[in-house]
Amino acid sequence: MTWTRDRVERAVFGVLRPVVILFFLAATLLPFYYMLMLSLRPIEDLLRRPDSLIIDLGELTLSTYAEVLRPVTEGGQGFLSLLGNSAVVASASVVVALVIAIPGAYAVSRLEFFGRRQVSSLFLVVYLFPSIVLAIPLFVMLTRMQLRGSLIGLVLVYIAQTVPVAIYMLKNYFQTIPQSVEEAGLVDGLSRVGVIRRISLPLAMPSVIATGIFVFMIAWNEFLFALLFLVERRDQWTVSLGLAQLSGSIEVSTTVLMAGSVVITLPIVLLFFMTERLLSQGLTSGAEKG
Amino acid sequence: MKQQDARTGVLLLTPTLVIVFAVVLVPLAWSVLIAFQRVRLIDVGRMGLFDKITLDNFARVFGSDVLWESLRTTVFYTAGSTFLAISLGLVAALALRKPFPGRSFVRAAMLIPYVAPVVAVTFVWKVLLNPEFGIVNSWGRKLFGWDDPIAFLSQARGEITLFGLDIPVPTALLTVIAFEGWRYFPFAFLFLLARLSALPGDLEEAATVDGATPTQRFRHIVLPQLMPVIAVLVVLRTIWTFNEFDDIFLLTGGAAGTEVVSVRVYELLTVQRNVGAAAAQSVLLAAVLVVLLAAYLWLLRRREGAKP
Repeated sequence: MTWTRDRVERAVFGVLRPVVILFFLAATLLPFYYMLMLSLRPIEDLLRRPDSLIIDLGELTLSTYAEVLRPVTEGGQGFLSLLGNSAVVASASVVVALVIAIPGAYAVSRLEFFGRRQVSSLFLVVYLFPSIVLAIPLFVMLTRMQLRGSLIGLVLVYIAQTVPVAIYMLKNYFQTIPQSVEEAGLVDGLSRVGVIRRISLPLAMPSVIATGIFVFMIAWNEFLFALLFLVERRDQWTVSLGLAQLSGSIEVSTTVLMAGSVVITLPIVLLFFMTERLLSQGLTSGAEKG
Repeated sequence: MKQQDARTGVLLLTPTLVIVFAVVLVPLAWSVLIAFQRVRLIDVGRMGLFDKITLDNFARVFGSDVLWESLRTTVFYTAGSTFLAISLGLVAALALRKPFPGRSFVRAAMLIPYVAPVVAVTFVWKVLLNPEFGIVNSWGRKLFGWDDPIAFLSQARGEITLFGLDIPVPTALLTVIAFEGWRYFPFAFLFLLARLSALPGDLEEAATVDGATPTQRFRHIVLPQLMPVIAVLVVLRTIWTFNEFDDIFLLTGGAAGTEVVSVRVYELLTVQRNVGAAAAQSVLLAAVLVVLLAAYLWLLRRREGAKP
C-alpha cells in the first residue's frame, strides 16, 4: 500500500465532494428557511432571540400572514390585492408573449427568408440590453401619455422584454422536430400555418408550457419598471413593488414582511419545481454542443 | 414554395418586430436624442422632438467626479461578481457531476436563488445581515467573539486586522458582490453541468489508463472542453452585472460606496428629475455595453466557424 499522488487525490476528493455538496445546499436553502421561520414568529420573539434557528412552538403564529394579506382598510398591508395585480400582469404577459413568439420562433427556426440571421442578432441585443437605459424614454413617454400608474403600460414592456427569450427557447425546440413530419403534412395539402397548428405546435407543447412559465416568472419578479410606472398608485402596485416599498418603512414589522416574502416566493418556487427539467433544458439546449 | 415560405416567414415575424420596434428600438433612439437636449421632467409635456441640440448633458456628466467614482465601483463590482458567480458555479457543477441518490433534488434546490423574486431575496439578506437582530451578527458575536455588530450593508469602509495589520476593506461593496455570487452562481452551474454531462467519456478513460490523476484530468481534458462555455458565461454575466440595478438598489440604495452607474441613472431621473443628464449617463452605459456585445457576437461567430 503506497501513497501515490493518484490515491491521495482520490481520497481527498472522495471526502471533499459530499462536503462541497452540503455546503452549497446549506448556502442556497438556509436563507429561504430563515425567511419561512421568521414569517411564523411574532416580532417580539425575534428581538428576544435573534440567534435562534428553531421556532418555539409556543410562539408559532400565523397572524403575520393575516396582517400582510388583509386589505389596507382593515389595518393590513393589502397583499392579497397586490397578488391579484401581479397575477393579472404576469398572465397577460404570458398569453400575449406566446401568441407573438410562437409564430416568430417557427419562422426563425424553419423558414428561409431575407434577413433571418440579422433578426436573430437583433433579438439577442434586445435581450441583453440594460433595462435602465430603456427605462428613461419609456418613463418619459408614459408620463406624456398619462399612462403612468396603469398596468397596461407595464404589460407592454414585459412583452417586449420577454418575446426575444421566448423565441430563443421555442426556436431550439422547433429545430428538434424532424422536417419529414412537417413535409408529410405539406404533401397532404396543409398550408404552412396549418402545419404549425396541426403538427408542430402539439409536438412542441411541453416547451411552450415551459416558456410560458419562464415568462410568468420574469414578469412576476420584475421590479424596476414596476417601480417607475406604478409607484404613485398603491392600488395598482405589483406584489414585488409592494414588498420593496414597505420594507423601507418603519411601521411594518419585519416578521410581517417576511410573511409577505414567503407569499411572493412560494408560487414561483412551486412553478419552478414543477417544470424544472423542461426549463433547464430549454435554457441550456445549445450549451451541450459546447 | 420557397418564395411562399419567405413570405410566410416575414409575416409570422411581423408582430414580434412591431413590438420590439415600438417598445425597444424607437425609445432607445429617442433616448439618444434626449441626451443631447436640456430636458427636465417638468418640461416633458411641452418639448418638441428636436429642441435645441446641446452637449451640456455630456459636459455635466463627464465633468463630475461622481461619474468616475461610479464607473470605478461598477467595474470592481462587475469583475468581482462575475468571477465569484462563475467559480462557484464551476465548483458546484464538478461536485454534482457523478450521480448520487437525491442528485436531481439537489440540482433543483441550487437553482432557487436564481429564480426566486429579487425583492424577496434581497429583503431576506438585509434581515440576515441586520446589525441589531440579524442572525449573522448575533452568531458572529456568540461564536467568533466579534466585539461589535458589523453593518454589512451600510458601512463603506471597514478594517480587517490580519497579523497586526489593519487592512481597509469596502464592506458594503464586498457584501453586494457576495450576494451577486450567491444569486447568480446557479446560472453558471446550470450551463456548466449541462456541458459536463455531454462530454464524451473516452478521453478521460484513456487518460486514467495512462495514469493521469483527477486534477491532471481536470486541467488537461475537462477544463479545455469547458472553456468555450466559460467564455460565453463570462461575457453574459459581465454584461448583465454591468447593468445590474435591482440588486444594489434594493440592498443598499447605492449608499456606502456602492453607487454603480445604473443606480446613478435612476437617481438623476427620479430624484434630480433631470431627464437629459440621466439619458446622457445611460447612453454612456449603452456605449460600453455595445463594445461588450460586439465581443460576445465575435465569440459566437468564432465558435460557429470552428464547428465542422
